[in-house]
Parts: sequence; structure tokens; C-alpha cells
Amino acid sequence: MTAPLMTTPLMAATVTDPRLGQDRPGGPLHPGFVRRRASRSTRGIAPGALRVQDLAVTFRSKRAAVRAVREVSFTVEPGRTLVLLGESGSGKSVSARATLRLYGDRVDVEGSATLADLDLFGLSEAEMRAVRGKSLGFVPQDAGGSLDPLRRIGAQVAEVVRWHGVERTRRAARDRAVDLLAQVGIPDPGRVARAYPHELSGGMRQRALIAIAISCGPRVLIADEPTTALDVTIQAQVLELFARLQDELGMGLLMVTHDVGVAEQVADRVAVMYAGRLVEEGPGAVVLSQPAHPYTAGLLGAVPTPETPRGGLQAIAGQPPPAGAVVADGCAFADRCAFAVEACRRESPPLAEVGPGHRAACPVVGGSVVGRAVVGGPAVGGPVAVGQPVRGVSHPEGPAS
Amino acid sequence: MSRAPLLLAENLTKRFGNGVLAVDDVSLTVYPGETVGIVGESGCGKSTTGKLILRLLEPDAGYVAFDGRNLGPIAGQQLRDIRAQLQLVPQNPQTSLNPRRTVAEAVIFNLRAHGWPRHRAARRAAELLDRVGIPAAYLRRYPHELSGGQLQRVAIARALSTDPKLIVCDEAVSALDKSVQAQVLNLLVELQQERGVAYLFISHDLGVVEHLSDRVVVMYLGRVVEEGTASELWRNPTHPYTAALLSSTPGRDRQPLVLAGDLPNPADPPSGCGFRTRCPFALDACAEQRPAMAPAEGTGAHRAACLRSTDDLAFPVRRGAA
Repeated sequence: MTAPLMTTPLMAATVTDPRLGQDRPGGPLHPGFVRRRASRSTRGIAPGALRVQDLAVTFRSKRAAVRAVREVSFTVEPGRTLVLLGESGSGKSVSARATLRLYGDRVDVEGSATLADLDLFGLSEAEMRAVRGKSLGFVPQDAGGSLDPLRRIGAQVAEVVRWHGVERTRRAARDRAVDLLAQVGIPDPGRVARAYPHELSGGMRQRALIAIAISCGPRVLIADEPTTALDVTIQAQVLELFARLQDELGMGLLMVTHDVGVAEQVADRVAVMYAGRLVEEGPGAVVLSQPAHPYTAGLLGAVPTPETPRGGLQAIAGQPPPAGAVVADGCAFADRCAFAVEACRRESPPLAEVGPGHRAACPVVGGSVVGRAVVGGPAVGGPVAVGQPVRGVSHPEGPAS
Repeated sequence: MSRAPLLLAENLTKRFGNGVLAVDDVSLTVYPGETVGIVGESGCGKSTTGKLILRLLEPDAGYVAFDGRNLGPIAGQQLRDIRAQLQLVPQNPQTSLNPRRTVAEAVIFNLRAHGWPRHRAARRAAELLDRVGIPAAYLRRYPHELSGGQLQRVAIARALSTDPKLIVCDEAVSALDKSVQAQVLNLLVELQQERGVAYLFISHDLGVVEHLSDRVVVMYLGRVVEEGTASELWRNPTHPYTAALLSSTPGRDRQPLVLAGDLPNPADPPSGCGFRTRCPFALDACAEQRPAMAPAEGTGAHRAACLRSTDDLAFPVRRGAA
């Protein structure tokens, strides 16, 4: 059996241990990784949700300012999964990374983010470093590029564990690293701990990153397309692992993905992004079967199901706007939308309640079923209207459990 | 099926210099006007199979016959003539289109290579690009000025330009966003209905393959493990790997048959059945002999390479299946 993961803050990070600055493994540190212990102020974060309010992210260069994300709000409840769903350039990864404060000074991040009672955007950089990797885990998208190619896997896991004060000695941290690798389903963890990243397959590397992300028992795990680079049988293993860890740790999960199938499988709630904004947010089972925004409906119709007649996919006309494209007034989806009316091009619609816990940014459709209007081509049994079931589930009871 | 096959690949085998047996005794047929899907995970040999069929690689053993002619001994002009009938839509149009040629020139170049006079080639290129939905204003643009979906349309127009009988689509829509992917898939289906072209559709995306294919070939570690009509395979997979692959597709109410471990090292494959190291149903006998393809239940076209194909293995049931 593997050691139980830390779910309560134990071993307060004492800043007084003089050895800790010295007996770190002498290996190269990641640039910018400061040899300091985690700050005292963040230990013992109470269980609680991750709440992001009115997030806006603007990238600035000398010539231009690109607004990649605006007016994004979401909540990740403890033990629950929120999926940020969208296509490339929709701002879903930027939202996740901005929440973690991974952008430096040249990027303007506005809005607020709180984890339980902790104001993430109000913390000093040192305090934030103590939260990142401890209370707030992160699984980046690119497993190959996110591990240090010159350091053994075990050392990279142990480093995080020691830095956050979960284990105090090198030996204990090394043992913990092997336990963690076993916990994420890596066969022969002792051997893998001694391996370098290039000696492992993509699935193994991704699992090592997950081991790092959960090493300190995070309250919330932010995973950016964690399975996109993996084959489906490995993806199934990783998704099962997430579900098990959530059960064991009561951990909230923010999953960023473009894959409707992954969203269907894991989501308690889904937030759909388009051109940097949320267009719909609500219980996964409702949003993914009775969408209230034409874009969500289009996205679902674009994915073949066993019932889709060949050549009858509901393609959305046109292209998604490139990341950070300057959006004129009005709804960014209007040009591709079969429901668009003149008002859509004048002002950008806010999210409005369309059902219990279900919001959509489309006043035209707005949750009411729009006659026989068609989003794309025909699907099963004739045209599909927004607000009606599109993926074979007739009356979902609520959030998938 | 009594028609003559358009493409007949028999016992194709390819070992690379590093010792990896990428394709091991693969046979498949494509009939005129149909779509055959090849599915499998990275490293299973599906793309190498495509390259062997296009004769972009020479097989170590086995042969490819196209339209009744063995491609093996053919070279020079004769091979070029056959290649007009046998075209490719590659995965990444950003790298497969020459960045210094306009999109119209990309299509014209292909036609010129097959002996078309310039003015006729230009006219045909314009027609085809219009047919695949590239506005006339774009003909003089360069690849970097087009989006991924548009570039893939150009690649399709280029492949269609010589009126091929078969197009090999190697992960042709994998790089596209879903909403754009749907447009391109619909276009491929329309073009097939219009022109009767056959597709060999290589993809790791099972949903797309099921949607598009008449028949599907499942590969694992360089070998074909199961083949059959798409509907039969999805309803009633016989090989445990097929069952694992299909049930792993994420979605609502999934009960995936989760496999243990990773793909074995293809340079040092397991003895007997290549899948036995990850197979929950493996017997001792699976290590001793390599199972041959044998007819599974149903029609003779559904075949699987599994010693236990006649046993009633407990596979997870697919969503929506009876």
C-alpha cells in the first residue's frame, strides 16, 4: 500500500531549520525557482472552492494589447469537476494559467481568484509560490516539455515535496516520491524514479507530472489538456486516475479540454468558452445534452456519434476567431450563428440564467426552444434546435455524479 | 463482394533500420468507392502501412496491387501514371504545402507533374478549389495566409486534381478544431458521393473513423488484430484490444476496459500475440503461438486474430448498444 496522501496540513513549514538551505540536492534548479521554504502564511488552507470572478487577461507588446480573456467567472467546488471547454484560441488555457498567476508583469490580469478564504491575486509572489504546487496543483499540457530533461523523475517529484515541507529529509522525500509514482499507477516506480524523462513514454511522463501535482495533497487541481497528447487507452487510465484521486482526496478539479467526450465523462459542471468569453455554463449533463447557446450546440453537433448519418455532421460555418482577435461590438459568434439577429452585432450579450444553475450568453435563444431553426445540418430525426436534446439523453436529472 | 478490389495489399512487412518491425504481415483490401479506416494508437504502424501502399516506402516483404497491377516492379513514368490514381492527403498541410507557392500553384504543380498543359491545369485548379470551398480571392494567397481548415481543403483539391481512384488520408482532419473538422469531413463525404473516389482513412480518432468508414482495420504493434464493417466492429468487437480501444473513447456513462501498462517496445515485441502483455484475457497459449486472422461471428468479412475469439469474453458494453 502506498502512504496516505496528506489531506491535512501537517509538518508546518518552519523557516528555522538551518540545514534546509544547504542539503538540497545539488542538481540544477529550474530558472526562477527560489531556494527558500514555503511561506508560513499559507499552511492550513481550509477546505473550500476555487472561485474566479470577472477574470480578464491582456497581453501587451510594444505595438498592441491583445485581450485574450474577459469576463470569465467560474467556481470549482471541493471534490467536483469543472470542465473549461473550447476550441483553440478560445482562452481556456489562458484562464487556467492566469488563475495560477503563471504570467509575469507584462500580462495584465484583472478580476479576482480565491481559494477557500485565500485571495490568490492579493498574495505576494513568495506567498503564491507556497500555494502553487501545494494547495493548488497544476498539470501542464506538454508533458515532454514540462519536466527537466537533465534530472531524474524521482528527484523532480521529491523536490516539490521537500520544498513545500511535506517531507523534511532527502531520504523521506525520495521515498515519498516513489510512493507517489506508485499511486498514479506507474508500474515499477522505483525504477521510474531513477529514469530520466526521455526514457519514459508520453503516458508515463504525464503520470509523473500528475504525481508532482498531487504530491502535496492539493485542494484543487488545475489540469490543462492533460490527456490530449495521449492515446485513448492511456487516456482512459489517466481519467480513471483523476476520478480515484478525487474520491480519495476530496480534491476539486478544473479540467481544460477541447474534447467533448472527455467533458461528458468527467464534468460535474461545464463552462464553454468562445473568443475569450464564457458563452455558457451549467451542469455538465444539461449543457452537453440541452445546450442553450448556439455555439455549444454547434460544437456538440460537430462531433460524430453512432447515430450521425455519414456526411451529416452539423458543421459550424466559418472559422473560430484566432486567439485574441479584436472582437467588434456584439456577440463574437454572431457571424457564424444561424440564429443571429441584428441586435447580436450591436452589443455583447451577458450570461443570463436559463435554468437551475445554468447560464448562457444568448438572449436570442436564451434557453427557450427555438422552433425548428437549425444550427447546422440535420441530426437524428430531423433538425436539432438549441435547447433540445442533441446527444441522445432526453431528461438529465442534474449534474452527473 | 464479387467486384475486383481496387487496392490489394498482401502480407506487407517493413522493418526499419533501428530494428523496429513497424508493419508485420499486414493485408488489406479496398474496393472501388468505399472508405476503409485504419485505427490504432501511436506506433501501431498505421501510417507506415499508408506509406507502403503509396510506395513512399519499399516493403521488405509482401506486395501492393493497385487496379490489378503489382506496384512492386513498376518504376518511372508508369509509377507516376499510377500515382495519379493514388493520391495522399497528409496530416499537416502547413508543412506539406510549399510555403513559396500560392495555393493555386500547389494544385497546378500536381497537375503539371502528371502532364497537364499549363492553361488547362490552371483552369482545373480554379474549378477544384472552388469546389472545395476556397473563395476565388484566395487563389493567389500563400499557405501562411490561410487557416488550417482552408489549407486542408487545398490539400484535398490537390489530391483530387488528377481524378484519383483512391486517396490515402493520413490523419487528415486530426489537427483541425472540431467545428472545422466537421466541415472537412462533410466535404470528403460529398466528394466521394460525387466522384466515387475510395478513401483509405488512417486516424486515431475512433469517432471519426466510425462515422466515415464502411470497413475498419484495427492495428496493434504492427499487426492487424481485427477487421470488419464499422457497424459490426463497434457493435460486436471480438478482439480484446478492439474492445479496449472502443470502450476507451471518452464519453458519458463510460465503462472502459482499462488496460494495464503501456505499449511494449516495438523493437522487442512479445512472443506469440503482441497484445498478450496487456490483455486481461490472455492465456498461457497466447505466448506460444501467434494467432492467425480467423472469421469471427457474423459475416465472413469480420475477422480477428485472437485465440479466444470463440470464447464469450466479458467486454464492457458500449453506450447505446443493445
